[in-house]
Amino acid sequence: MRTVTFGAVLALTFAPAYAQDAKKEIQKYQQMITEGSPVELYELEGEDLWKKRQGPKNVSLEQCDLGMGPGRLKGAYAHLPRHFPDTDRVMDLEARLLHCMLTLQGRDLKEATKRVFGNADRPSEMEYLSAYIAGQSRGVPVSPGMEHPKERAAFELGRKLFFNRAGPWDFSCASCHGEEGKRIRMQDLPVLSTPQAARPVVATWPAYRVSNSQFKTMQWRINDCYRQMRMPEPTFVSEATIAMNMFLTVTGNSEPYRGPGTKR
Amino acid sequence: MAAGPMKMRATLGSGFTDVRVLMSHPMETGQRKGPDGNLVPAHFIQNLTVKVNGKAVIEAQISQAVSRNPVFSFRLKGGAKGDRIEVSWLDNRGETNKTETAIA
Repeated sequence: MRTVTFGAVLALTFAPAYAQDAKKEIQKYQQMITEGSPVELYELEGEDLWKKRQGPKNVSLEQCDLGMGPGRLKGAYAHLPRHFPDTDRVMDLEARLLHCMLTLQGRDLKEATKRVFGNADRPSEMEYLSAYIAGQSRGVPVSPGMEHPKERAAFELGRKLFFNRAGPWDFSCASCHGEEGKRIRMQDLPVLSTPQAARPVVATWPAYRVSNSQFKTMQWRINDCYRQMRMPEPTFVSEATIAMNMFLTVTGNSEPYRGPGTKR
Repeated sequence: MAAGPMKMRATLGSGFTDVRVLMSHPMETGQRKGPDGNLVPAHFIQNLTVKVNGKAVIEAQISQAVSRNPVFSFRLKGGAKGDRIEVSWLDNRGETNKTETAIA
């Protein structure tokens, strides 16, 4: 009995110091993986795909307007999501890319969205393109659309969804990302409704994940959070996922974009 | 990502050159099981060669322990603007790839 008590005291004394050390080690590791990031390889492949003639119209995506004018990529990602007058919709990068695939290249929705999330052996077209386009916004402050009424509405919807508890486990995003000092195993969980926590997130997604050697997009990130909450799978680039992206990006706006990032 | 593109940067410092090279390669260990339950055959880079102006300066032997899409960086003594650096690899299937750049 005495031994047990002693053990409990020991654990109490050393646990905070241990967590601090582990946190430092994780930061060191994160710096190392950033230095050795293969993100540029994805950017190269993405550039080829951007220029590749595809679809029934046999044209490339080079005339795609991501908000800065047809084919203008510099800083385009940093200004998304935003409202596009031609579709009268708020769109994020993937939504707009899909729009260009359908309109410019004349592809059909089913074919273009058949494989939006890839794997380590075969990344998807969306993933390669996201890497290339996001890379063209390095150093540009994140400033999504915040003026248009539809942009404001998307932000409001995203905020509501963030706090909305639903699904078989009655979870919301805020169940995990709504309180300081929470973590899953050794991963700190950022409180994404606060600017200081959201900024480093929106400044580094999309990102390469070292643990499974895959490049992942923001739509995937949101999709996977819903999977972890045991919710029904959201539709790719649906109004809800774009709104969620809008909420996060507006909350974390103003820091220069420094991605595509590298995650553990 | 099968054996795909490579990317390299060589920057001149004072009296040295920093080289950073990225290569896409699956680097399969041969120990991992695929979704069908069978072992995924080994496929990894074995030899890495670095040449400066055609002369080999590094011959490295690497193995399965290196991760997918490896990144190597190393510092070479000397070097001058415009020197050609060539990096090539050879894997256990006999596939090979190389990239070349000038020191900037």
